[in-house]
Amino acid sequence: MKKLNKLFAEKKNNILSVFFTAGFPSLNDTTKVLKALESSGADFVEVGLPYSDPLADGETIQRSSAKALANGINLDIIFDQLLLVKDTNKLPIVIMGYFNQILKYGEEKFCAKCKECGVETLIIPDLPMIEYENHYKELFGKHGLSNVFLISPMTSEERIRKIDDMTDLFIYVVASSATTGAKNKLSDEQLKYFDRIKNMKLESPLMIGFGISDNNTFNNACKYANGAIVGSAFVSAISGVGTGDIDTVVRNWVEDIFSK
Amino acid sequence: MKKIEIDENGYYGIFGGAFIPELLYPNVKKLEDNYLDIMNSDSFKKEFSQLLDTYVGRPTPLYKAERLSQKYGATIYLKREDLNHTGAHKINNTIGQILIAKRLGKKRIIAETGAGQHGVATATVCALMNLECIVFMGEVDIERQAPNVARMKMLGATVIPAKSGSKTLKDATNEAIRDWINHPKDTYYLIGSVVGPHPYPDMVARLQSIISEEIKQQLNKQTGSSFPNKVIACVGGGSNAAGAFYHFLNEEKVELIAVEAAGKGVDSGRSAATSVLGDVGVLHGSKTILMQDEYGQVIEPYSISAGLDYPGIGPLHAYLNDIKRAKFMNATDDEAIKAAFELTELEGIIPALESAHALAVLGKIKFKKDEVVVVNLSGRGDKDMATYMKYIK
Ligand SMILES: Cc1ncc(COP(=O)(O)O)c(C=O)c1O
Repeated sequence: MKKLNKLFAEKKNNILSVFFTAGFPSLNDTTKVLKALESSGADFVEVGLPYSDPLADGETIQRSSAKALANGINLDIIFDQLLLVKDTNKLPIVIMGYFNQILKYGEEKFCAKCKECGVETLIIPDLPMIEYENHYKELFGKHGLSNVFLISPMTSEERIRKIDDMTDLFIYVVASSATTGAKNKLSDEQLKYFDRIKNMKLESPLMIGFGISDNNTFNNACKYANGAIVGSAFVSAISGVGTGDIDTVVRNWVEDIFSK
Repeated sequence: MKKIEIDENGYYGIFGGAFIPELLYPNVKKLEDNYLDIMNSDSFKKEFSQLLDTYVGRPTPLYKAERLSQKYGATIYLKREDLNHTGAHKINNTIGQILIAKRLGKKRIIAETGAGQHGVATATVCALMNLECIVFMGEVDIERQAPNVARMKMLGATVIPAKSGSKTLKDATNEAIRDWINHPKDTYYLIGSVVGPHPYPDMVARLQSIISEEIKQQLNKQTGSSFPNKVIACVGGGSNAAGAFYHFLNEEKVELIAVEAAGKGVDSGRSAATSVLGDVGVLHGSKTILMQDEYGQVIEPYSISAGLDYPGIGPLHAYLNDIKRAKFMNATDDEAIKAAFELTELEGIIPALESAHALAVLGKIKFKKDEVVVVNLSGRGDKDMATYMKYIK
C-alpha cells in the first residue's frame, strides 16, 4: 500500500501538506526542509521541481524557482538528494513539476528514478487529462506512480466526476481561479465552491490548495476537505533563512498552522 | 505526400496539443468547440472580409521588385503586408480573433507582444470594438520598441511590463497566461502567433491564410500561374510564415522557406534559431521544438529583432521542419541589417527588422533563371528606426 493511501485511510481530516521548492533557499536544503517538516508533524510534502517558466505559479514560487536554479539545482541532484533520505524519511513525497522537464529527462527514466527514490505520486499541472490517459497512465502505473488531478471553480461537475473515477489518491481542489500565491482570507464565493464540491460526495479524498497561507485559512479549508496544502506562504517563511535555522523556523511555522 | 493538416486532437504529427493547467481547460475547450463554427458562419465571414477590405486595407499589393530581382537573378515579388493598417500582418489575426472573442461574449482582452506589432494590432481592434485591452510586454522590448509602446497607450491599452526571465516575448507570454488563469470568466487571450494550446495555432494560421490566398490570385493575374517556385518568410512564432505558406502547404511544387533569427550567429550562444538549436519540448501549451538545456529549462533566446526573439516555433512549423516540407534557414543580426538597407536602397521600402531576415537569405540561395520567388514582407520598419539609425553612416 502506498504511504499516501495509508495516510488517507488513517487520517480523515486536518491533513497538512506542505509544498516547497527543491534546492531552496540553498542548494542542499531540500533534505533539511524535508526532515524538518517530518519532525514538525506535517503529513506529507510536495517537492517542487524548479522550472524556468512556471506558468501556474505566482511570484513567490517563481522567485524561489529562479533562486533554486541559480543555486545550481537540477533533476539529477534532486533525485540524489531524495535518495539520501530514502531509508529514513517516513513522509509521503509528492513530486510537483512542469511537464517539459519530465519530457526532456525521458518519461521512462523519470518514472524509474521516482520509484528508486520512493516517490509514489506526481502532480504535473500542465499535463492534461487526455494526454495522461492516452500516453502516460500505463507508464506511470508500471512504476507505481499515481497522478493527481486538479479541479478549479470552473471545472464542470461532469469532469469532476470523471476525475474522481480516475483518481487513486486524492483530488487537488484549487481554491480559486488563480495562480499560486498566499492569501489571508477565503471569500464567501470560495467557501460556496468548497461546499459544492463537498456535497458532491466524491469517492476520493480532497485536499484544498492555492492561497492557503495560515492557521485561519487552513482550518477553514479543512472544514470542507480532508486537508489543505500550503505552498507560497511556506516558501516565503523559509526564504532567506540560513540552513542552521531551518529546523526552528519550520517547527514554529507548522505549530502555528496547527494551532486552533 | 500525406496531406498537411491538423488532426482532431490538435496535432500536426507529434506536434501541438493543449498542455495547459486544468484552470484553463474550460476556456480553451469552449474556444476549441466554437472556433470553426464561428469562422465558418456567414456573419463572421462577412464582417471579417469587410473589415479587412475597408479598415485594414486589403488586399495588400504583390509587388514585383525589379531591382531586387536583377540583383539576385530571379523574379522576386514582395507581398506587402507592411502596407496593412498598423504596419504588419499581425492585424489580420487580431481582427479575426476580436470578432471571435465578441461572439464568445468576452469583455476583457489580453495579449502578449514582442516587437509591439501584435500589441498595437490588438490595442487597435480593442479601440475599434470598445473592449478593454491589456498588453504584456517584456521590459527589454519596452525599451527597444518605444514607439509601439506609445501607440498602444494612445490606443487606450494598458501595457504591463514582464519582468521575469529574459524580459522578452517568452516572459510576456508567461505573464499573459498567468493573467488568463486569474481571469477565467470575462477574459479572452488574443494570442499573436501560431503558438499556444490547440486551437490557437490552427485558428491563427487560418486567419493569416488570407496572405497566401491573395498571393495565389495576384500571382495568377500577373504571371498566369498561381504557384511561385519559392515562398520565403521569417519565423518568430510563425504566423506570417503560416499565412504565406497556408494555401501552398499541399502543393509540393512550391518550395517553402522559413527564416529564423540567428542573432550573433547560430553557435554564438546568442541566437534564436530554434530549428537548429532546439529539440522536442512543451512551451506555452503546445508540444513543439524549443531551445532548452539538458533538463528542459527554457533557454533565453536572442535576436536584434524583438519579433523573432522567441525560444520556440509554432507546432505547424515544427512539423514542416520535421517532415522537411519547409526548408529552414537563418540570418544573423548583421545580415538582416544589411538586407534592410539593401531593400531601402533598391526599392525604396524600409522593412521591419523581422522581415529583413527573410530578405537576408536571398543572397544565400542559388536561384535558377526565371524562378518566381515571393518574399513575405511582414511589416514596415518604422518601429525599428532607432536601431537602423545606429547604422546610418
Ligand atoms: C513585422 C513582423 N514580422 C514577423 C514577426 C514574427 O511573428 P510571426 O513569426 O508570428 O509572424 C513579427 C512579430 O512581432 C513582426 O512584427
